Amino acid sequence: MSVDTILSFEEAMEKYDPVLGFEVHVELNTKTKMFSSAPNEFGDAPNTNVNEVCLGLPGVLPVVNKKAVESSILIGLALNCKIAEHCTFARKQYFYPDTPKNFQTSQYEDPICYDGWLDIELEDGTIFRVEIERAHMEEDAGKLTHMGGATGRIQGADFSLVDYNRSGVPLVEIVTKPIEGAGSRAPELAKAYVAAVREIVKNLGVSDAKMERGNVRCDANVSLRPYGQEKFGTRTETKNVNSLRAVENAVKFEIQRHGAVLDSGVKIIQETRHWHEDTKSTTSGRPKSDADDYRYFPEPDLVPIVTTSEWVEELRSRLPEPPAARRKRLQADWGYTDLEFRDVVNAALLDEIEETVTAGASAAAARKWWMGEIARRAKLADVDPAALGVSPAVVVEIEKLIASGAINDKLARKVLDGVLEGEGTPSEIVAKRGLAVVSDDAPLQKAIDEALAAQPDVAAKIRAGKIQAVGAIVGGVMKATRGQADAGRVRELILATLGVEG
Amino acid sequence: MSANELIRSSAAVMAAKLAAGEVTSVELVQAHLDRIAAVDGGDRGVHAFLHVNTEEALAVAADVDARRAAGEELHELAGVPIAVKDLIVTKGQPTTAGSKFLEGWMSPYDATVIKKLRAARMPILGKTNLDEFAMGSSTEHSAYGPTRNPWDLDRIPGGSGGGSAAAVAAFEAPLALGTDTGGSIRQPGAVTGTVGVKPTYGAVSRYGAIAMASSLDQIGPVSRTVLDSALLQEVIGGHDPFDSTSLSDPSTGLAAAARLGNVEGMKIGIIKELHGEGYQSGVETRFNESLELLRGAGAEIIEISCPNFGYALGAYYLIMPSEASSNLAKFDGVRFGMRTLPTEGSITIERVMSATRAAGFGDEVKRRIILGTYALSAGYYDAYYGSAQKVRTLIQRDFAAAFAQVDVLISPTTPTTAFKLGEKIDDPLSMYLNDVATIPANLAGVPGLTLPGGLADEDGLPVGIQLLAPAREDARLYRVGAVLESLLEAQWGGPLLDRAPALAQNSAKEAN
Repeated sequence: MSVDTILSFEEAMEKYDPVLGFEVHVELNTKTKMFSSAPNEFGDAPNTNVNEVCLGLPGVLPVVNKKAVESSILIGLALNCKIAEHCTFARKQYFYPDTPKNFQTSQYEDPICYDGWLDIELEDGTIFRVEIERAHMEEDAGKLTHMGGATGRIQGADFSLVDYNRSGVPLVEIVTKPIEGAGSRAPELAKAYVAAVREIVKNLGVSDAKMERGNVRCDANVSLRPYGQEKFGTRTETKNVNSLRAVENAVKFEIQRHGAVLDSGVKIIQETRHWHEDTKSTTSGRPKSDADDYRYFPEPDLVPIVTTSEWVEELRSRLPEPPAARRKRLQADWGYTDLEFRDVVNAALLDEIEETVTAGASAAAARKWWMGEIARRAKLADVDPAALGVSPAVVVEIEKLIASGAINDKLARKVLDGVLEGEGTPSEIVAKRGLAVVSDDAPLQKAIDEALAAQPDVAAKIRAGKIQAVGAIVGGVMKATRGQADAGRVRELILATLGVEG
Repeated sequence: MSANELIRSSAAVMAAKLAAGEVTSVELVQAHLDRIAAVDGGDRGVHAFLHVNTEEALAVAADVDARRAAGEELHELAGVPIAVKDLIVTKGQPTTAGSKFLEGWMSPYDATVIKKLRAARMPILGKTNLDEFAMGSSTEHSAYGPTRNPWDLDRIPGGSGGGSAAAVAAFEAPLALGTDTGGSIRQPGAVTGTVGVKPTYGAVSRYGAIAMASSLDQIGPVSRTVLDSALLQEVIGGHDPFDSTSLSDPSTGLAAAARLGNVEGMKIGIIKELHGEGYQSGVETRFNESLELLRGAGAEIIEISCPNFGYALGAYYLIMPSEASSNLAKFDGVRFGMRTLPTEGSITIERVMSATRAAGFGDEVKRRIILGTYALSAGYYDAYYGSAQKVRTLIQRDFAAAFAQVDVLISPTTPTTAFKLGEKIDDPLSMYLNDVATIPANLAGVPGLTLPGGLADEDGLPVGIQLLAPAREDARLYRVGAVLESLLEAQWGGPLLDRAPALAQNSAKEAN
């Protein structure tokens, strides 16, 4: 693997105008596969979620999954696409062992969704419109694992394993039109676009949208041209860039690499590129020309899909609020600052905080718990905060216990421990662990007398009017009562005992 | 009734005898197994069967007999045995498609039509021979050797479904399933003096029929009488949620149509382009005779022109190989069937696929894959596949115009009677011409039926008469076909197959 010479990003941007294009594959979370009744489940033992259809055995025929068509239309509507009244499937033919029929059933001439757009909000609030060329339905291939060899690729492998569980999983491929004018914000736009698509399909509930599982996969096309030139430069397609950060980095790297190649007077080779997370760079894949011959022809085993306007409108009525609009609304409702709100978004805790607020907590309290104690523990446990096991109802109940004076913040953290230990509801835990604030003056008075006796010099200072010294005695009492006392009440009692006005 | 008489009965008669308790299903199945053992194997055997399903067939028969004895209500054809073209997948029996590629392959699932046969409790006698992947008109392209025509063992039984037609003609089975992509049910029917029907496209589920050309393939019945085919289509037809191209129509009213018994006032069109020049004189004579009989029965015979039929063969030989090249791509040695490693050089997946396909497919299959791959290639698609689809539309319009004038169309099924084994094997174009009269129905999706029209004077071999009806009007074929059959049999003094030569009984115990 030769190391490419690259320009600095700034230099590349001074000289060249980047044009981007994305193909994002979204795996749908339907119960069954695109054309067969085999289960669509991630992570099961290899080759268990298969039947004769998705194995491509002799004699089988495909049947379109209606739910997958509905999910595709929902995605199209959310991307402001037109929905075809009539569309067909086609066979894309190539021999590869992850494709059981040696053709992929896809859409070619007439995608179900076309001519859409999506407004992407960049970090500083700039809105950039990305035009959507099409969103079409197809089936996923099986998963190949190449064993032996240095690269993990098929070349040089000793043997390869095939898992057909993924074969036939419904996919929607969303293809943008060429994206011009992003300039130096191209890498940021790339990341924001894929994030927006991921958020939309998750919000629609049509995909699990986990990039780490390959539910959302991005092929990023990059080309450069001198400023002022209308004709696009030669593009490269970086395949399967599977995290948001990688999308940003891959686009940035390709811009830098293209810049260096063009500067040296060499032509860019139209090819696919592989992204390497370890070196943050791409390497050459296979040459790709527009004339790749997949011998497409209409799929004769399937009849055309006809969408009635009633059906499409019914689906449109099911569309949830678009994520960007929802964010605007929630920030306004909650009164968070831009910074606070961005932190919540980045922590992916919007849903949890919304539920917590809906369940009765204040927006400030919800943020305090989710962004504070819960996020901290999640980080220690190395899980997403939402997956830690604390429900919005728990947060609401703890807040109520604090408000009523039954517990204080310190005790609340112990209640949270109890919840995570599975000991029951917060109220049950308060009872079981004996965490309620001590409000009976008798035991407090005893602890105060002991604390004063233990620190006679402090007691003397307080008597002499140095009221701020009371903190040391309060601390001793709180320690003695294992934090279960109401600190305010303790302070009052100390001052009363010493005959000092507070 | 002797076993020999029993096996010469129609399926309908066998069913009646079973229902009346005159014979048991075990006796009936055994009589056919004995017949298969007697005439199918050996050097000069018919070789209609690739696999004989003795145990399961007898077990199903015994089960039917027990149920009948217990007074259970059974399907009309319960206990009547059937043979299945080896292109249709079956659990418990090998499915080879006539190809070395699938030698020994056992399907883990049943075709929909097989499920229906099992639901009707029809014992399956075995799997019948065919041209490899149903590509051919003579069964000579079977990787397991040709089937012989029971009328003359040196002649072809037609193809691709020569095994099913010969089995029925040789009284090895009363019924069989075939598949028809360009005539593979009807042309073998014509040259063996049997009945065969290609139903309307979508009338019978294709699920489990190993696809050659998806937009043309159709499973259909093979039998000795028109009524028997109607009864069988009623069993196998109807909507199937596993086949997106299957029609919603129920498969009813076909046997009733066959029993109607009149054609008075019906309009029957002779297709000008499908007789005359290029057709054997004995075929023409028998065809004209059938026209006279129908006219005598009160039908009006009208000459119709279908001007685009002349392009049908050309269009067919672009569409069929195009789809076949795609459908056969799955045969790569990765998941099932044969796997051949390259004899030299590196063992990469591409090279293993290539070596496997080179070794597993016969010449005719390779010819069609190459033709189809070419026709779908960028730069050629519009000129070949695209143009062929336009011709297809024109042929559909010809049919639509014809059926605006007549109820059914009629033609000879094939231009000639059975030719000699080996005669056309090295001449693909001449082989393809056998299907000139049957192909238009597949291109348009309309149903077609062939029935025996008599023997050609010059060679004494069977001539087939083809009837064609509009899509979803399969019943008309059965109605007209049954009338013509009874008029012809009245003239002959019995079924045409009574005139077939007796087959030598060999000592082989069973077919392979």
